[in-house]
Amino acid sequence: MPMPDAITSSKPTQELAAVTIRFAGDSGDGMQLTGERFAAVTALAGNDFQTLPDFPAEIRAPAGTLSGVSGFQIHLGSHRITTPGDRIDVLVAMNPAALKTAWPALKSGAMLILNDNTFTEADLKKASYESNPLDDGSLDTFDIRRLPMNRLTEEALAALPLSPKEKDRCKNFFVLGLVSWLYTRPIEPTQAWIEKKFSRSPELARANALAFEAGYRLAETSDLFPIRYVIPKAPIQPGRYRKITGNEAAALACVAAGQRAGKPVVFASYPITPASDILHELARHKQFDMRTIQAEDEIAAACAAIGASYAGSVGVTATSGPGLDLKTEAIGLAVMAELPLVVIDVQRGGPSTGLPTKTEQADLLQALHGRHGECPVVVLAASTPGDCFFTVYEACRLAIKYMTPVIVLSDAFLANGAEPWRIPDVAALPEFEIPQVSEQTSSTGFHPYARDAMTLARPWVPPGTPGLEHRIGGLEKEHVTGNVSYDPVNHETMVAYRAEKIQRVTADIPPLTIHGSPEGAVLVIGWGSTWGAITAAVEQAQQEGRAVSSLHVRHLHPLPCDLLEIARRFETIMVPELNTGHLQGLLQTRLLRKIHGLHKIQGQPFLQSEIYEAIARLT
Amino acid sequence: MIEHLPEDRPSAASVGLSRKDFISDQEVRWCPGCGDYAILAQMQKLLPTLGIPRERFVMISGIGCSSRFPYYVNTYGFHTIHGRAPAVATGVKAAQPELSVWVITGDGDGLSIGGNHLIHSLRRNVDVKILLFDNRIYGLTKGQYSPTSELGKRTKSSPMGTIEPPVHPVEVALGAEATFVARAVDTDMPHLGEVLLRAARHRGTAFVHILQNCPVFNNGAFASVRDRAQRLEHGLYLRHGEPLVFGKHQDLGIVLEGLAPKIVTITPDNRDRVLIHDEQASEPTLAFLLSRMTYPEFPIPLGIFRAIQKPTYERALIEQVEEARRQMAPDLTALLSGPEPWEVDRP
Repeated sequence: MPMPDAITSSKPTQELAAVTIRFAGDSGDGMQLTGERFAAVTALAGNDFQTLPDFPAEIRAPAGTLSGVSGFQIHLGSHRITTPGDRIDVLVAMNPAALKTAWPALKSGAMLILNDNTFTEADLKKASYESNPLDDGSLDTFDIRRLPMNRLTEEALAALPLSPKEKDRCKNFFVLGLVSWLYTRPIEPTQAWIEKKFSRSPELARANALAFEAGYRLAETSDLFPIRYVIPKAPIQPGRYRKITGNEAAALACVAAGQRAGKPVVFASYPITPASDILHELARHKQFDMRTIQAEDEIAAACAAIGASYAGSVGVTATSGPGLDLKTEAIGLAVMAELPLVVIDVQRGGPSTGLPTKTEQADLLQALHGRHGECPVVVLAASTPGDCFFTVYEACRLAIKYMTPVIVLSDAFLANGAEPWRIPDVAALPEFEIPQVSEQTSSTGFHPYARDAMTLARPWVPPGTPGLEHRIGGLEKEHVTGNVSYDPVNHETMVAYRAEKIQRVTADIPPLTIHGSPEGAVLVIGWGSTWGAITAAVEQAQQEGRAVSSLHVRHLHPLPCDLLEIARRFETIMVPELNTGHLQGLLQTRLLRKIHGLHKIQGQPFLQSEIYEAIARLT
Repeated sequence: MIEHLPEDRPSAASVGLSRKDFISDQEVRWCPGCGDYAILAQMQKLLPTLGIPRERFVMISGIGCSSRFPYYVNTYGFHTIHGRAPAVATGVKAAQPELSVWVITGDGDGLSIGGNHLIHSLRRNVDVKILLFDNRIYGLTKGQYSPTSELGKRTKSSPMGTIEPPVHPVEVALGAEATFVARAVDTDMPHLGEVLLRAARHRGTAFVHILQNCPVFNNGAFASVRDRAQRLEHGLYLRHGEPLVFGKHQDLGIVLEGLAPKIVTITPDNRDRVLIHDEQASEPTLAFLLSRMTYPEFPIPLGIFRAIQKPTYERALIEQVEEARRQMAPDLTALLSGPEPWEVDRP
């Protein structure tokens, strides 16, 4: 039977500019998949969007409990979308725990699509509800749509020879069908995806397709959904797009860097949340001479990457906070040996094991200073999921050009969040510059620490190069010769060279872009994943006529040359950060004036409103 | 381009190197009488005979007295951080499988702080040669007990004697499924040279436990086999296919009693019961039995405990790259586009 077509639906439609939807359920309910597929068809529908998956650290916490709730939020619209949405317009709650967890973020009057089958005494108790919110009046101000989703899915699949458990697991596609109808999403891409995904198991393909269809049909025919919504296409720059998460983008950048540098990439990593997906992604792309190593520990991962770059490959490792702690000594070795190394730190809540699946920006000071001795490295931060590509690519380029470790700061929000990404032209990606042995250094014998006059990089001479055999290591090097040296003045000279080399990276930093007036009352300075919330809040304030501008810093060490000069043009500076004020403190010492901070350390990204309110207090 | 691993290495004559080519311009700074000198000399003698161009050798070390080794050999060398040399070496081999990579480590570097990397390098069978210099003491930090120090040993950090039983390096290596495990003594130069040559020719991780003295902080270490006269009595030379016989008059043998080894005086009656060494046995049982024999209850086995062939890590790594290429040509634009790209047209 053909599916009801979007255009021929008999129900009236209403146009919306934007909506924030959260799919929430038990860890085993498959809400991440529902959300991801909804985002995929939202992209195809031409809307801009941002997503925020929010899941527990436990793989399967006890079913039905608050700690087991897994949510996926998407903010989509017909204009530029830079955040996953402050407040929820539509909640799909597969159980009472999902409702309870979402409660603080619900917009008043939000639409609640609830799975009726789970509002039982047992499930309510697991969610710590003392009375049933469906009966006690606490939901009176909301727009309630109750459906027995378990039963409806089961009925739709009644004829299939599958176990009750297998049928139950299809209800996430029932939800996807329902919400796809509600927001007039295209159907065919989902059907094609199901067919491909379950190609080895035609019965499961059939079951999920049927559940999807049942959800869609139910919404079309049921009185519960009298109106369907249309969100016009967003004015997006023309081009070819894909949906991308931060971890996908970081992984693809490693591949692109190897291809553009003309070198194999050795990616050595130890599994850690939320960085593991980078390893998973890269392990699938070996045809690009991508050599992935799952190391025995974080230290080995960093050391293998160093060994690889010593031997002439692009050496990359990825981790999160606890792993960055462990890699510290190895990063110091790469600083002393002056070898390229890229360390991707997908930040999560800390200290210690902290909040493994939640976001935070509290590794900045560690990235900048967390090593013994005078040990400068380049530190970059990505601002959106798609920007992880350009930031990691730039990290690989700078690491080789300047023969230095580069730490890239991503975070759990960027890593798992997704957005539409304009696919870059491969040929237009920046060129790699490989430090060569100059004639000057080779005429008097080879000197491994003779530096390039411009960049101060030493030459990259991997083993296997005839005639240039030499020794390097972690002991202090004599200037030029690279021999071991304990000479006091030489040590100070080398400390200065290593610092100056990193400072010269400023030559590669493009001028900062000021969003708004180039001078005036308030400047909001951000870094990393706060870009979206800052941009949305600043634009909101600007539309109200408030004198506020913003700029976003990708290079955290060295800082862009023009940063301090721009900052001095503003009366008040505010730095919102998901930490206790790392960049704020840094700028305060550099500018010798008070910098306002806005701090949030809750494992969650900033809301637009939180930054807007802080701006409003200052303007 | 992936460079293929050389199946047959070039002959020594085609490379034309001598011992002098492997002596660096750096002054050797080990203490007088240190066993490290003997090992360095044997290596400088061995390397030019292997038929490998000098630029293809890489010496990688961690931290400790032995780890200064790379500075003294005129090849590529990397003096890394404490315990991590096997991890760095794994990265080097992943990048350039055709290099001849040697890890120089000690009892503290390899078995204490770097124990984890050692185990995993062995089990992966990365094609590196690991020389573990064992003097049963921390020398560079001036005399604390090491993981191979005898139980009860009095040192600066154990004035009342250690309370930790020692680790047995050969047993650890066998337990980690090492494909080549050997032991040699710094003072027995011809035998050390023989063992190093076998290690060099092995494809896969070759682990060589080298017993040595520390004249400053642990003088007399392994005296039972380092001293020439004692070695004849207490050393048990392992020769593949030959009986396990030792003693000044070669009249003592090792037999099996139950599951344990036993020393017997060889007689015409028991001669057939003396165990025959088999370094190629598919099961490491005999090698384990030998690895647990310690002085003074038993002689110290010297030579090759185990030498078997298994695929190397880096070859498998490159084979996966090649397999992936056979399945799919590398197309960066297609990769960046992902499975579900879409076009946004001009409005």
